[in-house]
Amino acid sequence: MLRFPRRRLAAGAVALAAALAVSACGSKTGENDTAGGVTADTSGDTVKVGLLNSLSGTMAISEVTVRDAIMLAVEEINAAGGVLGKKIAPVGEDGASDWPTFAEKAEKLIKVDRVAAVFGCWTSASRKAVKPVFEENKALLFYPVQYEGLEQSPYIFYTGATTNQQIVPGLDYLKAQGKKSVYLVGSDYVFPRTANKIIKAYAEANGLTVLGEDYAPLGSTEFGTIVNKVKASKAEAVFNTLNGDSNVAFFKEYKSAGLTAASMPVVSVSIAEEEVKSIGTQYLAGQLTAWNYYQTTTGAANDKFVKAYKAKFGADKPTSDPMEAAYVSVYLWKAMVEKAGSFDVEKVKGASDGVTFEAPEGLVTIDGATQHIHKTARIGKIGDDGLITEVWNSGGPVKPDPYLKGYTWATGLS
Amino acid sequence: MTVILGQLFTGVSIGAVLLLIALGLALTFGQMNVINMAHGEFIMAGAYTTYVLQQTITDAGLSLLVALPIAFAVAGAMGVLLEWALIRRLYTRPLDTLLVTWGVSLMLQQLARDVFGAPNVQTAAPDILTESTSLGADLSIANSRLFILGLVVLAVAALTAALKFTPLGRRIRAVVQNRDLAAVSGIPTGRVDRLTFFIGSGLAGVAGVALTLLGPIGPTMGTNIIIDAFLVVVVGGIGQLKGSVIVAFVLGMLQAMVEYLTTLSVAKVIVFIAIVAFLQWRPQGLFTLRTRSLA
Repeated sequence: MLRFPRRRLAAGAVALAAALAVSACGSKTGENDTAGGVTADTSGDTVKVGLLNSLSGTMAISEVTVRDAIMLAVEEINAAGGVLGKKIAPVGEDGASDWPTFAEKAEKLIKVDRVAAVFGCWTSASRKAVKPVFEENKALLFYPVQYEGLEQSPYIFYTGATTNQQIVPGLDYLKAQGKKSVYLVGSDYVFPRTANKIIKAYAEANGLTVLGEDYAPLGSTEFGTIVNKVKASKAEAVFNTLNGDSNVAFFKEYKSAGLTAASMPVVSVSIAEEEVKSIGTQYLAGQLTAWNYYQTTTGAANDKFVKAYKAKFGADKPTSDPMEAAYVSVYLWKAMVEKAGSFDVEKVKGASDGVTFEAPEGLVTIDGATQHIHKTARIGKIGDDGLITEVWNSGGPVKPDPYLKGYTWATGLS
Repeated sequence: MTVILGQLFTGVSIGAVLLLIALGLALTFGQMNVINMAHGEFIMAGAYTTYVLQQTITDAGLSLLVALPIAFAVAGAMGVLLEWALIRRLYTRPLDTLLVTWGVSLMLQQLARDVFGAPNVQTAAPDILTESTSLGADLSIANSRLFILGLVVLAVAALTAALKFTPLGRRIRAVVQNRDLAAVSGIPTGRVDRLTFFIGSGLAGVAGVALTLLGPIGPTMGTNIIIDAFLVVVVGGIGQLKGSVIVAFVLGMLQAMVEYLTTLSVAKVIVFIAIVAFLQWRPQGLFTLRTRSLA
């Protein structure tokens, strides 16, 4: 009964092939004349933008909050009249925490939906996967997460921190506190390994001793040995580039081993308000983080952002640095488009230098040469209430330097 | 020296965790030969039980103690339901069992995501279990690890005693050794199967409660540990508990020592190579059950 007759199978195969051919034709509709690029469709009274985030899979926990923040910005802009008189029509796609899917969906947004810009991606792996797609089609991506630097694509705007706006200030802070030695703990992939390479170069030039470095595979939850090694090293501080679930296991083990924020503080670069909630303040209180924005950052722009976010998504939902950077990216795009007076990608890029926005983190300015933004670096301390309060800041926005050209100790890198 | 002692204890405690997550599997896979891919999700169910209980019982210590028997019952009941609804129809088709239970595991993960949300949740541990016991200058032992070690010793002792001395235990062993002969001797094999599955799945629930002290509680926590659990049972040998006990501690110790000298990733690779080499030499595992059964 269950065996298919061969003829029906063949018919099925033909139908499948036909369906594929049709969809292949469909994806051609967006292709256009201008020298290898695809022009955005801005003919109607709306302008489409693409939102590309993982709504499923292991990254969904973080990326959903970024999607929410982007939607909030879109709604606010639409309520205020839109961009160049056109309302923004968001087209959402799910990257599913899978890098090839990100590339596929990016291509769809650009060619089929013909969006004017795309906002999204979180992991460096997903950004690297979509980068060639945006460059080939000359389309715009706004990337909202802190990353390892050493990249500068002409079609990507980076609104999160590069290394000299997050990791280097974190190290400066430790140095200012009189710490002489650190231990490096990270997840085993591109961001922590690159970050630690930079940290080691910094340490060598600044009289800081790196007593050891250990990597755990993403998702690893057995930290007994690593914490033993950290403890035995008697380092004065730990620099933590772990990502995701591993942080939970690491901090539980850390506390059980009798290590505290007072005896050996941990500076983390991937733990924001949302992650603090899922690890537990019992284990985190007193530890340090390096970011550019906290929910507690003062200023009228942030009060408005936090209030609007909580009103829309729930009073118990914290706002965090990547969310803020994503929210800001939509406003920056709007300001660039208005300055250029056009949705044309090259014109928008040309208008980018010097565009400013009064962001929740404070005034941010686009650096047209690197397509990164000037951001204030902030070191924060995790409190018993799960919120992070600033203990140090860079005094003003730091000029982005993705290749660390302004630092003599970094010459051997990249 | 203190570091080596510390690592020795880390090895023992990794072994204890391995044994705790493998113990239930040693029953359902080891004794009944059912490859239950949803075993990890029973562990997850135990962890979420702790979380739910803590919403009503705010005292962290009390809720942890209450969670142990309740998680056993919850995970056990899920196991019985799975056995009754699906597995008993597939006893003669091991490959189908694997696929079906894998499907069930995916469904349970999604269910957890829908009910509790995709982000991890957290439980508060009683203060005493977040601290450590000092044993001299630089040597200290995490209390949570001691608690898990105690729990696993208790669980192994109780399980061994139950299998050896109770009528139910005798029936389980009879069915494992020779199902047909047990059936003609008047043992209701179907009921024995269900009870075995209840105990095995229940132990997974207990492991879930213990794991809340060490790591994250999330929808995918089960998949991360299920492979290790299967390894312990396969290397230990099917059909006996003592193999799993020895192998869990040997693997834990090997992992801790190699990791101390190299890195976590290298240690994992070396442990896997050791396992492959061992299984080449003894494909049946460390201990085997000798019976006259033809099966």
